[in-house]
Amino acid sequence: MISVEVRLFATFREGRQNKYFLELDDGTTVLDVLNLLNINPEEASIILINGKNVDVTKVLSNGDVLSLFPPVGGG
Amino acid sequence: MYGYMGKILRVNLTNRTITKEDLDFELAKKYLGARGLGVKIMMDEVPANVDPFSPENKLIIATGGLTGAPVPTSGRYMAITKSPLTGTIAIANSGGHWGPQFKATGHDLIIFEGKADKPVYLYINDDEVEIRDAEHIWGKTVSETTKILQEEFEGCKVLSIGPAGERLSLIAAIMNDVDRAAGRGGVGAVMGSKNLKAIAVKGTKKVSLFDEERTKEVSQAKVKILREDPVASGGLPSYGSAVLVNIINETGIFPVKNFQESYTDEADKISGETLAATRLVKNSACYRCPIACGRVVKLPDGSVVGGPEYETIWAFGADCAVFDLDAINEANNLCNEYGLDTISTGTTIATAMELYEKGYIKDEDIEADGISLKWGDPKAIVGWTRKMGLREGFGNKLADGAYRLAESYGAPELSMTVKKQELPAYDPRGVQGHGLTYAVNNRGGCHIKGYMISPEILGYPEKLDRSSVEGKAAYTKIFLDLTAVIDSIGLCVFSTFGLGLSDYVDMYNAVVGDIYTDETLLEAGERIWNLEKLFNIREGIDSKEDKLPKRLLEVPIQNGPSKGEIHRLDILLPEYYAVRGWDEDGIPTEETLKKLGLEEYLGYINKEMA
Repeated sequence: MISVEVRLFATFREGRQNKYFLELDDGTTVLDVLNLLNINPEEASIILINGKNVDVTKVLSNGDVLSLFPPVGGG
Repeated sequence: MYGYMGKILRVNLTNRTITKEDLDFELAKKYLGARGLGVKIMMDEVPANVDPFSPENKLIIATGGLTGAPVPTSGRYMAITKSPLTGTIAIANSGGHWGPQFKATGHDLIIFEGKADKPVYLYINDDEVEIRDAEHIWGKTVSETTKILQEEFEGCKVLSIGPAGERLSLIAAIMNDVDRAAGRGGVGAVMGSKNLKAIAVKGTKKVSLFDEERTKEVSQAKVKILREDPVASGGLPSYGSAVLVNIINETGIFPVKNFQESYTDEADKISGETLAATRLVKNSACYRCPIACGRVVKLPDGSVVGGPEYETIWAFGADCAVFDLDAINEANNLCNEYGLDTISTGTTIATAMELYEKGYIKDEDIEADGISLKWGDPKAIVGWTRKMGLREGFGNKLADGAYRLAESYGAPELSMTVKKQELPAYDPRGVQGHGLTYAVNNRGGCHIKGYMISPEILGYPEKLDRSSVEGKAAYTKIFLDLTAVIDSIGLCVFSTFGLGLSDYVDMYNAVVGDIYTDETLLEAGERIWNLEKLFNIREGIDSKEDKLPKRLLEVPIQNGPSKGEIHRLDILLPEYYAVRGWDEDGIPTEETLKKLGLEEYLGYINKEMA
C-alpha cells in the first residue's frame, strides 16, 4: 500500500473535497485516481506529481502529492 | 481602409490648441493602430533623450482598428509615452468601456503635447472637444473624479489619474472606468506632469466595417470558440485571473518574500477559488467580452469594489508573505483609487520588507509612519499603499518603485527588476522561456507582452517542458510579435485562450479590408517590436539591459517543486538575438530592418551615426 495526497483545484472542487489523503494499492496510476474521484481524464488538463508534469499513465509512489487541474489560464 | 475613424486629435496643452488631423492610412496599414501607431508617432515626433516629465515628451492615448468594433474583446486602448520609470518606451494597455466610447467620438487617437499651466481635463462630446479647467477634481481619487465628471457630463466614460499620478509617482497608472488600469511604466505620472487630470468622453458614432455581413459571421464564430474554450468560458469567469495562484504555486514558481522562496503552503488562503467562495460578489466584463474575468468583491466594511487580478494578489500577498485576502482587496482598491500600478506597488513594499529584514532600512526610518515592514503584516500592505499614493512619510521613498528604493541603500541587486521595472508573479528560474521575455521586454520587467506561461505551464496552445531551453527563443519571439499585433488591433490578450493568429486575421480583414495574411499580420507585430527596440536604443537603453536580477541567475530556487532550478539566460539570449535577426550585441541588423520596411531608421543602428 502507498499513501498519496491528492489536491484538487478550480472546478474539480465542485462536489468534491479540496484535498484527499488516500491509501492505494501499489501500482495505482493517475488514471485510477481520476476514476476513483469521478473526474473525466480528458478534463484533467494539468497533472502534477510533486510539481512536475506527468500523464495519466504515471504510476504513483508512496508520499507523492498529486495535483489535478482542469484547463486554467490567466495572467 | 475601414475600422478606423480616420481622425487624430492633437492637443497642445501649453498653447491650449486642439487640432484634428487625418489618420495616415498607409501608416495604419504598416504599423496597425493603438500600440504600433503610438510607438511610430513617439519615434518620429519626440526628439531623443527628452526628460519624460518635460513638455517635450508626448502622451498618446490610442485605439486600434478593432477597438469598439462588433468583435469579441474589442474594449482595449493603449497609453504610449516615454516611461519615467524605465526610460524606455511605455506601452500600457487597458480594457473596460472607455476605449470604445472614445472611438465613438469619431477619433482614433489623441496626441497630448506640452504642459498645461494649471490642472485641466479634456472633454470630448463627439466632434466637440474642449480643454476644461480641472481645479475642482485635482487631488480627488479616481472614483471621486469619475463621479464628479459623470454628474457634469451625463453618460460620459472617464479616464483619469489619481493622487499618485498628480504627485509624479514613477509607478502611477492611468485609470479608466474606475477600476481598469493602463498600469505599467509610470504612464500616470507622465499624464500628471502635463497637469492633465482626466479625459471624459461620450460618442455616438459607429465603427465602419469593410464587410458587415462577414464581420457578423466571423465574430459569431470567434465568440463560439471562446464560449467553448474551457479556460475562456470556465476558469476565467469563475475564478478570474487569480485561478493561477494554485497552479503557479504547485509548480513551484510562485515567488515569496521578494523571490527568496518560490513555494508556500499558504497559497490557497489567497487563491482564486477562495476569493470566489468567500468575497466575490459577481464577475464583470469589459466591452464586448464573452470571457468576463473581472472581479467585484466585498471589503470587510461592506463596500463593493473592483477585485484583484492574479498579479495583484501575488504582489501584495505572497511577495510580502501576506496571506490575508481582505488586506489584499483593500490594497488593490487603494491602488485603483490613487492610481497606482498594483504589481509595482506590492513588489516595492516586498523589496522594502527585504531591505528592512537585512538591516538597510532601520526602525527609526519608519517610526513616524507607524507602519511596520515585517513580512506577513497585512496592515503594512494597506498602510504603505496609502502612503505611497499620497507620497507621505517614508511612502514618498517607496512611490518611485523598487529599483530606486534599493539603489538608495546601495543594494540595487535586492530589487527584482528589469530595466528598473518590477518583475511580476512567476519565478523565471523554473520557467525558462518566460524568463527570457522578462529580460528582453521592450518596456522592462513584464509578463504580458509575451506570455510564455501559456505554453510552458498551462499547455496553450501546446505543452512545452518549462525547464528546457530548447526551442524557447523562437517560441518567445512569436509570442512577443503576436502580442504586439493583438495590442495594436485593439483586442485583449486573454482572447488567446481560444483564438490564434488566423482568427485575428479573419476579424481584422473583415473589419478593415482584405489586407493581411497570417504572415503579413505577424510581420507587422515584428515590425512594431523592432521599432520599440530602436526607440530604446535611441534613448540609450540597449541590449546590455536585457538581463535578469543576479538572484535569479546565480542563486538556485530554495524550496518547493522547482528547488535547485536556475535561469539560463546565457543560453537563451544569444539564440533569441539570432532568431530576431539581430547581431550578437542584440542590435537589429541592416538586413532585418530592410526586410521589415524600417530603412528610415538605419541611422539608429549605425554606431558611427548614433
